[in-house]
Amino acid sequence: MKRYAKTTAATLVAILLLAPGLVWAAGGGGGGQDLVVVADTRIIGFGFLKYLANLYNTNVTVFATWAVVLTAIYGSALGFLMDFIMKRTGIDLTSRKIVEH
Amino acid sequence: MDLSTTSWLYMYMPIAGMNIFWPGLVLLGFAVGVVGGFFGMAGAWMVTPGLNILGFPMAFAIGTDIAHIAGKSMISTMRHSKFGNVDYKLGIVMLVGTMIGIECGAQIIMYLERIGKVGSVVRWAYVLLLAFIAWTVFYDYYKAHSKKKSGVVDSERGSEGITWYKTLQKINIPPVMHFKHAGLVCSIWLPIFVSFLTGVLAGFLGIGGGMLRMPALIYLVGCPTHIAVGTDLFEVMISGLYGAFTYSLKGRIELVAVFVMLTGAAIGAQIGTVATKYSQGYGIRVVFGIAVLCVMISIILKQFAFSAASAVVILGTITIICLYIMRVMIQGAAKELREKKASDRAGA
Repeated sequence: MKRYAKTTAATLVAILLLAPGLVWAAGGGGGGQDLVVVADTRIIGFGFLKYLANLYNTNVTVFATWAVVLTAIYGSALGFLMDFIMKRTGIDLTSRKIVEH
Repeated sequence: MDLSTTSWLYMYMPIAGMNIFWPGLVLLGFAVGVVGGFFGMAGAWMVTPGLNILGFPMAFAIGTDIAHIAGKSMISTMRHSKFGNVDYKLGIVMLVGTMIGIECGAQIIMYLERIGKVGSVVRWAYVLLLAFIAWTVFYDYYKAHSKKKSGVVDSERGSEGITWYKTLQKINIPPVMHFKHAGLVCSIWLPIFVSFLTGVLAGFLGIGGGMLRMPALIYLVGCPTHIAVGTDLFEVMISGLYGAFTYSLKGRIELVAVFVMLTGAAIGAQIGTVATKYSQGYGIRVVFGIAVLCVMISIILKQFAFSAASAVVILGTITIICLYIMRVMIQGAAKELREKKASDRAGA
């Protein structure tokens, strides 16, 4: 019985670890680095997304600057928004005791 | 299932040119926010396999991950800062060592590339380093726990296991600096040297370095665990923004995915960060040690070409740790609110 349980457990672990290989996305082996990537702007209608995709194709330095600036702005905005929400939970968010044990 | 009824669950990624299951991105961002906010690390080891499973080619997964990490660390740093967990002075001093160290590490990699030994050397070096970190964390816990049991108290922090920082802090090469939030007085060269060392390793291994810097801040510099977590996140934020720029230049970033993930990360980061308030320093260290062990196992699996199995180990680890941290936060907050209500009632 014990042996049967061990075999079943081992099989389950093997399936859990090996089966996902079947759904691994393209480039899993790291070959993706060789891709030449161009944003397909034909599919995007209009607006800021279209502007960003065009920028990516034409001027990658400006695109990189936008990427950093937008990430920082969005991160800060979300930080302030979450701070506003968290304050309303009633939890003390300004002090804590440093207890190592 | 009819795809037309579920198409709203997919979002078009203009640069990668593919439809991605956006709730998966939100969930991934959320989980990484929770774990990253709790441990004070970037968590590239968690996001990259997750993004790949959602459909991103590996090259895009890495760049997108780095940009998301920058934004997520910003949110977590803001929260940790309110708790007083970020020692900005220490963070800025360490940035000097980190930047020089990363460059030196990258030069070592280039040398190894020239002699054609880069792949296996780096991976096995990473495994050894993670094994050492895990050993340090568990040995420290075991030693501190034994001392506590026998009533030995080392300092105002209570019983301590590994105290390498005490020896290192005795080296008083001027200028000596006071780091107020961390409660340290030491030679400026100590944090610079430690960050240089972790920077070299990060550059050599091609990782963000949070996994190395957080324990180094505790065991070598002498930061309390909570300050180590907050200060490390500040470092991750700066290096993440730089990484976002360089990967954008290489054209390996999907900005839409970054924003979708950040939305989930904003909520997750609050949970992870607030959970540190209800955790003891040694509790954070032990869970961190378990995470390090799982990363080590996943790298070994990858070394033997079990890439998917390696991803399963990582994603399984973050799910379990994420649930644990959420439990800590919910229980702690509920207790605090109950006590607050009781004291309000007693006052009235």
